Amino acid sequence: MNIEVLLVEDSPGDVRLTQEVFRDANPSVRLHIASDGVEAMAFLRQEGRYANAPRPHLTLLDLNLPKMDGREVLACIKKDERLKTIPTIVLTTSNADADIAKSYNLHANCYLSKPVELEEFEGVVKGINDFWLNKAKLPIKKQH
Amino acid sequence: MHIEVLLVEDSPGDVRLTQEAFRDANPSIRLHVASDGVEALTFLKREGVHAKAPRPDFILLDLNLPRMAGREVLSRIKLDDELRTIPTIVLTTSDSEADILRSYELQANCYLTKPVQLDEFESVVKSINDFWLTKARLPQQLRS
Repeated sequence: MNIEVLLVEDSPGDVRLTQEVFRDANPSVRLHIASDGVEAMAFLRQEGRYANAPRPHLTLLDLNLPKMDGREVLACIKKDERLKTIPTIVLTTSNADADIAKSYNLHANCYLSKPVELEEFEGVVKGINDFWLNKAKLPIKKQH
Repeated sequence: MHIEVLLVEDSPGDVRLTQEAFRDANPSIRLHVASDGVEALTFLKREGVHAKAPRPDFILLDLNLPRMAGREVLSRIKLDDELRTIPTIVLTTSDSEADILRSYELQANCYLTKPVQLDEFESVVKSINDFWLTKARLPQQLRS
C-alpha cells in the first residue's frame, strides 16, 4: 500500500533532498509537492487540477511560504472537520520559540527544525520515516 | 536541564517498564506518573497534592483509565488554552481504527499502540525518546 505524503515546501533544493531521502528510506512513500500555501489547500481540498489528488496520510509543512503562510495553512487544516485528522508536521528553518509555541497552539502534530547541514537534514527526514511512518498509527484513509 | 514527562497509566507493570526504558535511554527525563484521568488533570492544573507539580514538557496518555477516560483527559487538555500546547501522545493497547481517528480528532499529537512483547514495548519507548525528545522541538517552558 502506498503512503501518500504531502510536502508543502517552496525551496526546490529542500524538495529534492526530501524526495531522495524518502526514496532511499521507504519506497512505498509517494511524495506530493505543493510549493505554496494556496496550492497546498487546493491539493487538500481536491480543487481544480487536484480534483483527483489522494488524501495525504501525513503532511510536512514549511512555515515561510509564498502566497499563503504556513501558519495560516496549519490553522485552515486544523479547523476543517475533514482535514483536521491528517497529522501535520511543521518542518521549517525557524527555531524561534514563538513559532514553536504558535504551531503547537494551532495543533501542529509536531515541530521539527530543518538543519542546515546536509547529513543532519537527512537524519531528520529519516527520523520522520522511522517514527511517523513505521511506529505511529495514522488515521486510516476513508474510502470514497 | 530535566525533561518533565507525565505518564498517565493505570497498569503498574507498564509504568515500571516505561520507567526502566526511559532510565536507560535518557537520564535527563523525570517521569511523573498519574494513575487515572482525574489525577492527571489535578497534576496538570497543579491542584491539591500536585500544587508544586512541574508543567510537563510532554504527556504520554493511556486511553482506558479509571475514573476519567483518556479521551476525556485528551479533550480537556486540547481545549485548555494553557495546556493545549503540551505535546500529548496516546499510548494504548487499543489499535481500533475508531480510537485512532477519534484521538486525532481530539488533536492528539500522535497515536502509538503498546506492543504486548517486552522487547517491542522497550523499542516503542526508545523511539519516543529518539524522535520526540531528541529530534522534535517542544514548546519552551515559561519561567515562573
